[in-house]
Amino acid sequence: MSTTTTQRPEQRTTPAGKTGRLDLGEGRRAALLLSPTFLVLALVVLYPLLSAFHQSLFGSQSGLDADGFVVEGDVFVGLGNYVQIFAGTDAARFYNALWNTTFFTFTTVTLEVIIGIAMAVAMNRAFRGRALLRASILVPWAIPTAVSGLLWRWMFQADGIVNTLTNQQVLWTAEGFAAQAAVIVAEVWKTAPFIGLLVLAGMQIIPEEVYEAAKLDGANAWRQFIAITLPLVRPALLVAVLFRLLDSLRMFDLPFVLIGPRKSSVETLSILAWDESNQLQYGTASAFSIILLLYVAVIAYVFITILGADVVGEKKPKVVRARRRAQDPPAHDAPSSEPTQTKVTR
Amino acid sequence: MTTTATRPRTDRPAAARPDTRTAPTPGWIRGIGPLGRTVAIILIAVYCLAPFYWMIVSSFRRSTDIFQNTLLPTTWSLESYRQVFDGSTMFGQAMLNSLIVASTTTAFALVLGIFAAYAIARLNFRFKTVVLAVIIGTSMFPGISVVVPLLRLFSDIGWINTYQAMIVPSLSFAIPLAVWNLTTFMKQLPYELEQAAMIDGCTKWQAFRLVLLPLAAPGIFTTAILTFIHSWNEFIIALSMVNDPAIQTATVAISKFTGASDFQAPYGAQMAAGVLVTIPLVIVVLIFQRRIVEGLTSGANK
Amino acid sequence: MKQRSHDRRGVLSAALVTVGVLALTSCASGTSAPAASSDAAELTGRGPITYVSSPDASGAAQQSIDAWNAEHPDELVDWIELPLDADQQRQQMVQNAQVKGEAYTVLNLDVVWTSEFAANRWITALPEDALPLDAEIPATVEAARYRDTLYAAPYYTDAALLYSRTDLMQAAGVTAPPQTWAELQKACDAVLALPEAADMSCYAGQFDKNEGLTVNFSEAVNSAGGSLFNADGEPTVDTPEALTALNFLVDGFESGMIPEAAITFQEEQGRQSFLDGNLVFLRNWPYVYASFSATDGSSAVQDKFGTSPIPGETGPGVSTLGGRNIAISSYAENKATALDFIAFFTGQEQQGDRLAVSSRAPVFSEFFADDAVTERLPYLPDLLTSLEKAQPRPKVVQYGATTAAIQDAIYPALTGDTSPEEALADLQKALVGIAAE
Repeated sequence: MSTTTTQRPEQRTTPAGKTGRLDLGEGRRAALLLSPTFLVLALVVLYPLLSAFHQSLFGSQSGLDADGFVVEGDVFVGLGNYVQIFAGTDAARFYNALWNTTFFTFTTVTLEVIIGIAMAVAMNRAFRGRALLRASILVPWAIPTAVSGLLWRWMFQADGIVNTLTNQQVLWTAEGFAAQAAVIVAEVWKTAPFIGLLVLAGMQIIPEEVYEAAKLDGANAWRQFIAITLPLVRPALLVAVLFRLLDSLRMFDLPFVLIGPRKSSVETLSILAWDESNQLQYGTASAFSIILLLYVAVIAYVFITILGADVVGEKKPKVVRARRRAQDPPAHDAPSSEPTQTKVTR
Repeated sequence: MTTTATRPRTDRPAAARPDTRTAPTPGWIRGIGPLGRTVAIILIAVYCLAPFYWMIVSSFRRSTDIFQNTLLPTTWSLESYRQVFDGSTMFGQAMLNSLIVASTTTAFALVLGIFAAYAIARLNFRFKTVVLAVIIGTSMFPGISVVVPLLRLFSDIGWINTYQAMIVPSLSFAIPLAVWNLTTFMKQLPYELEQAAMIDGCTKWQAFRLVLLPLAAPGIFTTAILTFIHSWNEFIIALSMVNDPAIQTATVAISKFTGASDFQAPYGAQMAAGVLVTIPLVIVVLIFQRRIVEGLTSGANK
Repeated sequence: MKQRSHDRRGVLSAALVTVGVLALTSCASGTSAPAASSDAAELTGRGPITYVSSPDASGAAQQSIDAWNAEHPDELVDWIELPLDADQQRQQMVQNAQVKGEAYTVLNLDVVWTSEFAANRWITALPEDALPLDAEIPATVEAARYRDTLYAAPYYTDAALLYSRTDLMQAAGVTAPPQTWAELQKACDAVLALPEAADMSCYAGQFDKNEGLTVNFSEAVNSAGGSLFNADGEPTVDTPEALTALNFLVDGFESGMIPEAAITFQEEQGRQSFLDGNLVFLRNWPYVYASFSATDGSSAVQDKFGTSPIPGETGPGVSTLGGRNIAISSYAENKATALDFIAFFTGQEQQGDRLAVSSRAPVFSEFFADDAVTERLPYLPDLLTSLEKAQPRPKVVQYGATTAAIQDAIYPALTGDTSPEEALADLQKALVGIAAE
């Protein structure tokens, strides 16, 4: 996403006379098509965001007045709340939460990618009961988090089914690594289907012909997976992972319900923000939210830049070549196979 | 450029139809062998369903045996299900409300998402990257910080106790997912199809509707499932914006369950409700996934 | 491209709306006007009101509301039910106060929230003469006051009970329920020596990092003759009494008197453990009584348990006060109706009527001596003993921060990560810091 290539490398084959007007029209049409989206997003996100930023520059008045009432009104503290978070007395708690958030995100998303791809591969094959498998994969994602958090808490309880089945006496819901493991297990279980379904959708537009060609070339199964499936589902996978990253960095319900608030081994930035606002420290809570927003944005940016420069499919020359070639009648049999052809013959 | 070869009403889009292709990645699984494949499928199914099984089993225990660890209830009971529908939470109505909120959210997200994705993937304009960045940026803000400002806003404009107060915030997750996901799909589809269709006499709109949309069906359908479920499970906004039990959603109703006595946690009822909100969802997906995909695809052949 | 002008208009109007939203932003977030002052004299306005509360499984509250609505067709009460989870209830009420919402009129508050809501002027002071305070248990009325002003009416009350396995105690020759921690230990030693009690643990309360821990810790401190705050509201936790109290818990975990798993116990896990016959003694609220005495075979302890006031260092302990208060939101309309409703709802007549369906302990002492009532709720006399000595949890404005600090300090002491001395010194420092804020 670093480059703003808006010009398609290939020249469009629309009648020449129209081109100038079309470009102008396209900009307008794009604006028209995009404006409802921006309108809704402005309403539900921009306002809260500005409001939170504004709030984050204020601190609550301290102390009580002579009659025991909380002194009303907020004091402007500038970036004081931020300084306090990064360098104040509770900074250790913030860094711990930042670490937990990062740790949870990377472990869960990695596991989800592996399991999600495995799910997609399994589901993408025709066999009897495929619909049932799809449905069962949907189940973890479909159970409301509040309910599944309770379910897991209860399964992980000291005398719960997990300890009974494994014949262990692990105190999962106390502090420590066991608690982190419990959160990771439950989170991966719940959200691997998200990646699985999106990757599956990506696989469904890979035409069979590509595999036929590869088979003729003598590529074995693993090789086909690496050389064909993975590159072709890459855009879908990257979007799935990106959204999981965003969600996971804001993880709140599961550690909250499963382990509980203010437990240092599972406290995430969102929980910290909640805790501050629960104690009516709205300035600090908003500052946490803004910091989290920026952190998420940085991670997303890094992710997109490193892994997904073409996440939005900015076309590369080789694809264009493919497209040109696709205009030859033989390749026309399966239109959507063109981008892949280059890769196979490469 | 041979126009005849690229008519949209030929069966070509159908060739790319997901359900007609039986085995796009058969090779490497076949390599492991049928046994390995079966084992893998069973493992995945067990992994996904084991906790759900526990939920179902628990929902059929009596509330007094709810903490038992036997693999089947010692005494089967519908007590938890009765509890769900008894009481003041009007659970049936709540499920209906969830359905209204989630399907409206999904419909809006898809329509807006398809428009936006089409613009980004197919139209030529500046600042595309910025547009995409801003759209995804909106789903980076922690949900818990959105509640109070929105409550203030919706109170001011009289949206408290309305469906739109739940639908519009849900869109902030649904739209970015729809836009990004559909953009990647549309990007991957070849331009020539549309162009050919237009040369064939279709308008740009027809080309979009008859050619592009059907091909993007798997992506659209998946996006629909994911946004529907996400909105179906939303809790904190629905709780804060609505205090009228007549339009509260199922997750909110679940939070209001009570146990056998005043302070007892209502595990049984919560598990039963979990089963009740999950199973219809899965059934609906099962029924509709083929139909929706086929419906969209067959549109291409008209 | 005939549509172009139309397009432009669309874009323009979209832009206008966006600007409108932005303008709204700057207005709304810029306001921090002072709240309506809460003066008892200002309870005016009549008309429909709302009652905002946790759900009530027994249906008792609904019964009272129906009774009111039947008599007051012009001042109907609409019940807004909040989630069962207390944190979520508080969050909804705080949100409503933040936006100064009129939707909530009468609030059902946990006793520990009362000071905070009063100090923030989220609830209105009540005229004392409108309520029958003299007939109510003094500790419950005290819990409804903030700085000598009444802000709420006591609704129901709660205190801790010690549940004991009387069958095993009898078998081990222990004749009376333990009144001190030493007796508790001795009774445990005797009972656990029995072959039938080989797999059991001795004692549990609520020790998960949760409100239950605050309750159990402050109970222990009060039961050892100490207190968390002195009369002037200054923290006093770095004292020998508090150390004795904390050592009781820490040593309990170390010696195994309290099972290791109890560090994950909230009310429900402890109830389950006792119900399954794994515990000899349990500190819990009265609500567990019904499930222990269940006759459907689900209780392993039916007819085998008894209740008593909780033990302390030198004699019976001091329970923490639980329960609920009813208050009026400062931002509500029709406060005169609200006051009448509160007087009706928390009055003796309605509390008496509700006793037939609810096991919540009334705040009128008279009921505790009523044979008809105690037959149904046999633990009431023990509860009254507890209530007469019961101490409120710290009555501080920043209760959230205070209870968090207590849990942050005590939990690692129980798990052995910090020494008791260190934990108390840290806690003292933290509480002083909160008080200074």
